[in-house]
Amino acid sequence: MKNIADLPGAVRPHYSPAVRVSTAFIAIAVVCLAFADIAITTLDPWAEIQRMLLGVVTPDFFAVEAIGTAVVQTIAFALVGVALAAFGGIILAQFFHIGPVRWACAIARSIHELFWALIFLQMLGLSPLTGVLAIAIPYAGICAKVYAETLEETPAAALKALPAGTSTISTFFFVRLPDAWSHIKSYTLYRFECGLRSSAVLGFVGLPTLGYYLQTAFSEGNYSEAAAQLIMFYVIIASLRLWMKPKLIGLYLIVAPFLLGGATEVRWENIVRFLTEDIVPAPLRNADLLDPQVWSAFGDWLMMMLTDQALPGFVATVVLTQIALVATAFLTLAFFPLISTKFFGRFGRSIGHLFLVIMRSTPEFILVYIFLQLWGPSMLPAIVALALHNGAIIGHLLGRYSDEISLRPDSSSGINLYAFEVVPRLYGQFLAYLFYRWEIIMRETAILGVLGIATLGFYIDSAIADIRLDRVMLLLLVTALLNLGIDSLSRLIRSRLRLSTRISACDG
Amino acid sequence: MLLQLVNQDLGYDRGLVLRNISIAIREGDRIALVGESGAGKSTLLAAIQARLLQQAALVPQNPGLVASLSVFHNIYMGRLNQHPTWYNLINLARPRQREIDAIRPLVERLGLEEKLFERAGELSGGQQQRVGICRALHQGGALVLGDEPVSAVDSHQARTVLNALHEHFETVVLAMHDVELALSYATRIIGLQHGGIALDQPSAGLTASDLDFLYKDSDEKHR
Repeated sequence: MKNIADLPGAVRPHYSPAVRVSTAFIAIAVVCLAFADIAITTLDPWAEIQRMLLGVVTPDFFAVEAIGTAVVQTIAFALVGVALAAFGGIILAQFFHIGPVRWACAIARSIHELFWALIFLQMLGLSPLTGVLAIAIPYAGICAKVYAETLEETPAAALKALPAGTSTISTFFFVRLPDAWSHIKSYTLYRFECGLRSSAVLGFVGLPTLGYYLQTAFSEGNYSEAAAQLIMFYVIIASLRLWMKPKLIGLYLIVAPFLLGGATEVRWENIVRFLTEDIVPAPLRNADLLDPQVWSAFGDWLMMMLTDQALPGFVATVVLTQIALVATAFLTLAFFPLISTKFFGRFGRSIGHLFLVIMRSTPEFILVYIFLQLWGPSMLPAIVALALHNGAIIGHLLGRYSDEISLRPDSSSGINLYAFEVVPRLYGQFLAYLFYRWEIIMRETAILGVLGIATLGFYIDSAIADIRLDRVMLLLLVTALLNLGIDSLSRLIRSRLRLSTRISACDG
Repeated sequence: MLLQLVNQDLGYDRGLVLRNISIAIREGDRIALVGESGAGKSTLLAAIQARLLQQAALVPQNPGLVASLSVFHNIYMGRLNQHPTWYNLINLARPRQREIDAIRPLVERLGLEEKLFERAGELSGGQQQRVGICRALHQGGALVLGDEPVSAVDSHQARTVLNALHEHFETVVLAMHDVELALSYATRIIGLQHGGIALDQPSAGLTASDLDFLYKDSDEKHR
C-alpha cells in the first residue's frame, strides 16, 4: 500500500480553505483565552442565581407605573431615532458614491450608540435630543449603506426603457424607489427592532428608557420587577408586526416626540465649549501653537495615552472579541438544529424558537449586565452573554436556511445527518454570517467597558468620569479605527473564501 | 436621413458581432431586421438606439417594468421627460384624470383595460410585453425601435400590436423572428447572417422562401 504522503497533492486528503480559516480562528481564540481574565469573583453566585430565577417565575406586573413609562419611552426614542435615521439614510444613499460621504457613514456606524450617547451627554445633557441623536446617527450610517446597495440593484432594463431626458428625481421615484421599496421597508422595520434594543440600553447612561428602570430594579435586588419589565419588552418585540402597521406609523411619529422624557434644557455654551475647548488635546488647549515645547508636550501626551490606555484597551477588546466570536460559532452550531425541521418536531421547535427569541431580543448589553451581577467583573460574563445573543441570531438564520435543504430520501438521521448532510451544506453561509457579525461583536465588546470590563470602553468611561474629553475623543478614534479594520479584514476573508457578501438581515 | 452607418464594426465589449456594416435609415422607413438568433439583430438595434436615443421610443426585449408599480404608472413613465418633476410625483401619489384619459385608449386597444391599476409584477409575460408596448406608444415621437416586440403574445395580439406601432410611429425598426409577419408589415427587410448584412431590399416582391437562406445554418444543425 502506498504511503499517503507520497501521493500527489490532489489525491491526498486535504482541508478546504474554510476549514483552515476556522481552525486558525479557534487557535487564536485559545491563545487569547490564556490571557483573558475569566474568574468568577462573586462570593455566592448560586444563591444569586436562585434569587433571580425566583424573580423570573414571580414577575411583578403590579409595578405598572414604572413598567408603563419605561416601555412607552423606550418605544418613543426608538421611533424618533430610527425615523430620522431612515430619512437621513435615504438621502445619504443618493450621495453614497462620493468617497467622503461613504467614509462619514462608516465612522458613524463604527461607534456604538452608547458612545454617541456619552458624547452628546457632554454637549446636551440629559435632553431627549441626546437619546434621539445617539440612535439616529449610527443608524443613518447603516441605513445609508444598505439603502444604497439596494437601490444600486435596480434592473438596468427598467432604467434603459425610460425616455431620454427623464429627471433624476423622477427616475428615483418612478423606478429606483418602487423597485427597492419592499426591501427598504422590511429592512427599516428590522432596524426599528434593533432601535428598540438600542433605546432600551440607553437607559444605562441615564436616559429614561427600559435600561434605567432595569438597572434600578437590579440594584435594589427587585428581580420580580426586573423580570416583569423584560417580559414586557419581549412581548413588545414579538408583537411588533401586529402594532407596527403602515397606516399607524404617521400617527406614532406625530405622538412620539411628545413622549420623550428627560430634562429639556439645552445650553448653547455647553455645545460651543465642547466643540472648541473640551475636545482639544490638553497640551494644545489655549497654547501657542508655534511654540515647539507645546508640541513636544503634545507628543508626550499622545505617547502616554497610546501606551497607558489605548494599547491595553485595544488588546483587551481584541482578546475578548476573538474569544466571543469563536464561542458564538460553537453556540450557533448547537442552536440552529433547535428550530430546524430536519432535527426536531413541532413541539421541540417551538421551545427552541422561544429560547432563541428571548436570547436575541435581549440586548447583549443587558445580558452582560445580568451575568455581571452573577459572576462579578471579568471577561466571563461578557463571553457567555455575547455568545448567547449572537449565537441565537445566527442560529435562527441558519435554522431557517437548513429547512430549505432538500435531502435524498434515504439520507441518514441524527448526528450523522447533522455532520454529513446539513453542516457541510450550511458551512459557507455559517461563516458568512459569522464574519459579518465579527465587527458587530467588536463594537459591542468595546462598549462593555462601561460595565467595568477593561476594554476600550472602560478607558473611555473613566476619561468621561474625569471630564477629560480630549482623551475620550482620542480613544473613540482608536475604537472606530479598530472597527473599520475588522470590517475590512472580514470583507477580505469573505471574498477570499467566496462567501456571499450581502447579508443585511443579520447586522445590528 | 435619420441615420447613416458606413463601414462600422459593432458589438459588445466581449467582441465584435457585426463587421463592416453600412446602412441608412430614412424618415418613413418601416424596417424589419431578420436573421437567426445570434445573428446580431439586437446588436444592430442597440447601435441604432445609441445614436438615436433622444428621438426614439424603445420596446426592449425585456420590457423593464417596475414590478411594484401599477400598469398605469409603468405606461406613464413613457412621458416622464415631458412633464415637470413635481407633476410626475403628483401622478405617482395619485393619478390625474387627464393622464388616465390619455392612457386608457392605449390599454383598451391592447386588451389591458381591466389591468390598468394592477401591479405590473402580477401580470403574465404576454401582458407585461403589451404594457411595454403601451409605454412606447404613450411616449410617442416619430421613431420606434423594437426588439422582438411580439415574442410573448399570440398571433392575433401580435397583429394588434404591430398595427398600433405602425399607426403611431412614422419610422419603425423592429427585430422580428416571424418572417411572415415581417413581410406583411415592413416595407424594407434587412437580413443578417455571418456577422454581416446579407440582404437589404424592399419587401415588395419578397416571399418567405426568399429569406430561407438566412436560416440555413440552424436548419442544418437541426437535421
